Amino acid sequence: MAMSMSMSVPRMLSLGRAELTLLGRNKMALYVSLLMPVFMVWAMRRAIGQFDLGKAGMSVNEVALTGAFGYILLFAVYQNLVSAYVTRREELVLKRLRTGETSDAEILTGTALPSVAVALAQCVLLVVAGVSWLDLRAVERPDLMAAGLLLGLAMSIALAAVTTSWAKTVESAQLVTSPLMLISVLGSGLMVPLEVMPDTMADVCKLLPLTPVVQLVRGGWLGGMDAHDAVGAIITGIAWTIIAGYSTRRWFRWEPRR
Amino acid sequence: MDIGDSVIDVSGLRRRYGPAGDKGFEAVRDVSFTVGRGELFALLGTNGAGKTSTVELLEGLAKPTAGKVRVLGHDPFTERRVVRPRIGVMLQEGGFPSDLTVTETVRMWAGCTTGARPAAEALELVGLTGRRDVRIKQLSGGERRRLDLALALLGRPEVLFLDEPTTGLDPEARHTTWELVRRLRAEGTTVLLTTHYLEEAEALADRLAIMREGRIVTSGTPESVIGSYPARIRFAMPVGWFVGDLPPLAELGVIRHEEERGHIELQTQELQRTLTGLLLWARDKDVELEGLDARAASLEEAFLAIAGAGGSGEPVGAGLGAGLGAGLGVDSVAGRNA
Repeated sequence: MAMSMSMSVPRMLSLGRAELTLLGRNKMALYVSLLMPVFMVWAMRRAIGQFDLGKAGMSVNEVALTGAFGYILLFAVYQNLVSAYVTRREELVLKRLRTGETSDAEILTGTALPSVAVALAQCVLLVVAGVSWLDLRAVERPDLMAAGLLLGLAMSIALAAVTTSWAKTVESAQLVTSPLMLISVLGSGLMVPLEVMPDTMADVCKLLPLTPVVQLVRGGWLGGMDAHDAVGAIITGIAWTIIAGYSTRRWFRWEPRR
Repeated sequence: MDIGDSVIDVSGLRRRYGPAGDKGFEAVRDVSFTVGRGELFALLGTNGAGKTSTVELLEGLAKPTAGKVRVLGHDPFTERRVVRPRIGVMLQEGGFPSDLTVTETVRMWAGCTTGARPAAEALELVGLTGRRDVRIKQLSGGERRRLDLALALLGRPEVLFLDEPTTGLDPEARHTTWELVRRLRAEGTTVLLTTHYLEEAEALADRLAIMREGRIVTSGTPESVIGSYPARIRFAMPVGWFVGDLPPLAELGVIRHEEERGHIELQTQELQRTLTGLLLWARDKDVELEGLDARAASLEEAFLAIAGAGGSGEPVGAGLGAGLGAGLGVDSVAGRNA
């Protein structure tokens, strides 16, 4: 077992390296990963300004920059990975990989590594930019922020894997991601903080997959999140990750439907 | 065969797709065979005979519905971690990321393989060295097959599964691949091969099995499989002579004969005896047997009689009619390969 564990990291790195090369050669994927999150934050800042943020106790920049973590997860990880998984599946790469020593989980994780790296780099940049130029305070609870980010990454990878079941072609991969993208942008606090929503709506939105992630990151950066809320968010986040992970095990298709 | 010697051991294997009953389909029905160490075993059959469905079970890609599979003494599905590092697989249809180069692809695969050969060595084996910096999407179908083979060989496997390895290759590349497979076998690699090409099986296999409708209908060495089929002699009766004028056919060892507008076909298990009798008769009567053609049974005939015909698959019973039907079946196979 120890032997297989020590072998598993090089295998995933090898797949990740190939996938990074492929990402570098795919202009559309690069554009989605690198520019879309920035563009969305820029576009949403104006919209955010129209809400009465006094109730939420946050400035426009604070809402926009903490919400940006959500956009990064949605575009750089979720959207990008759905395309990558579907493309590899349709190219019969996944089928071929499964004949080798690499386990199913290693194949999916290895393929996700470049997306994770891009997302992490963007998050670090975001915090540095926010603190040094946009007058945000230093991160108050790095532990909560890290927990949120980790949970967000795991969940986005698993949700991406599940989503591929609905995409028959590489083209439709763009389409099948839109429901979760839309629901998350509108309901997970990326644009509208839950604090300014009507209570019942906020309660429902709290249960959406990306909401606990944004709450943890926001609470981690800006502070003011009590232990009760933090534990609640972590539990919701883990629940979604487990559901998505289990669904992947059960329904992920490794070869094209013929 | 001594069980301790067998590298692949399959018994009572079944694989069913879909639900139970008429809606499902049983692709593999009670298949059993063993392959010894260092042996090259070929599975033959038309499309849909169940070859790939069987091989996928041996590769551990799916769980059998029933029966037992052992590869190197382990269950390839449940003990995948133990088995995979020791086997090499070439799927009938596998793929690579179209935007990677050949070398990048081999390097990716090497990173996932225990004790992998250097990329350059693997490409040299299959003659792709000159194409190492080319993107996958620019490779021809045959080059992709060779790259696939290079990946299967990357971990110096003890057991090699090749599912139609030369489909889509030009004749020269096919012979190069055969040489490579022979060399690997000489080095002690056990090979399980499926193929549409009978000359491939005849050239490479120590033993072979012919599958039809999910079952193995015949197996053995190529010689023994061919040996159970009759040789054929064809000629045209000279003008004015009739079949009844020939010496008694049974005495010449003929087991079956057909006549169509003066064209005769004789089937015999004793080619030399039948032919001698026939030729002595012709010299005696001073007649010429036009278009005389005598040939031993070939694997192709055996295959057509068994795999193509919808009949019983009885070796000797397969007559001309069955041969014709089988010919049509194989045409459609060739069409797919084109």
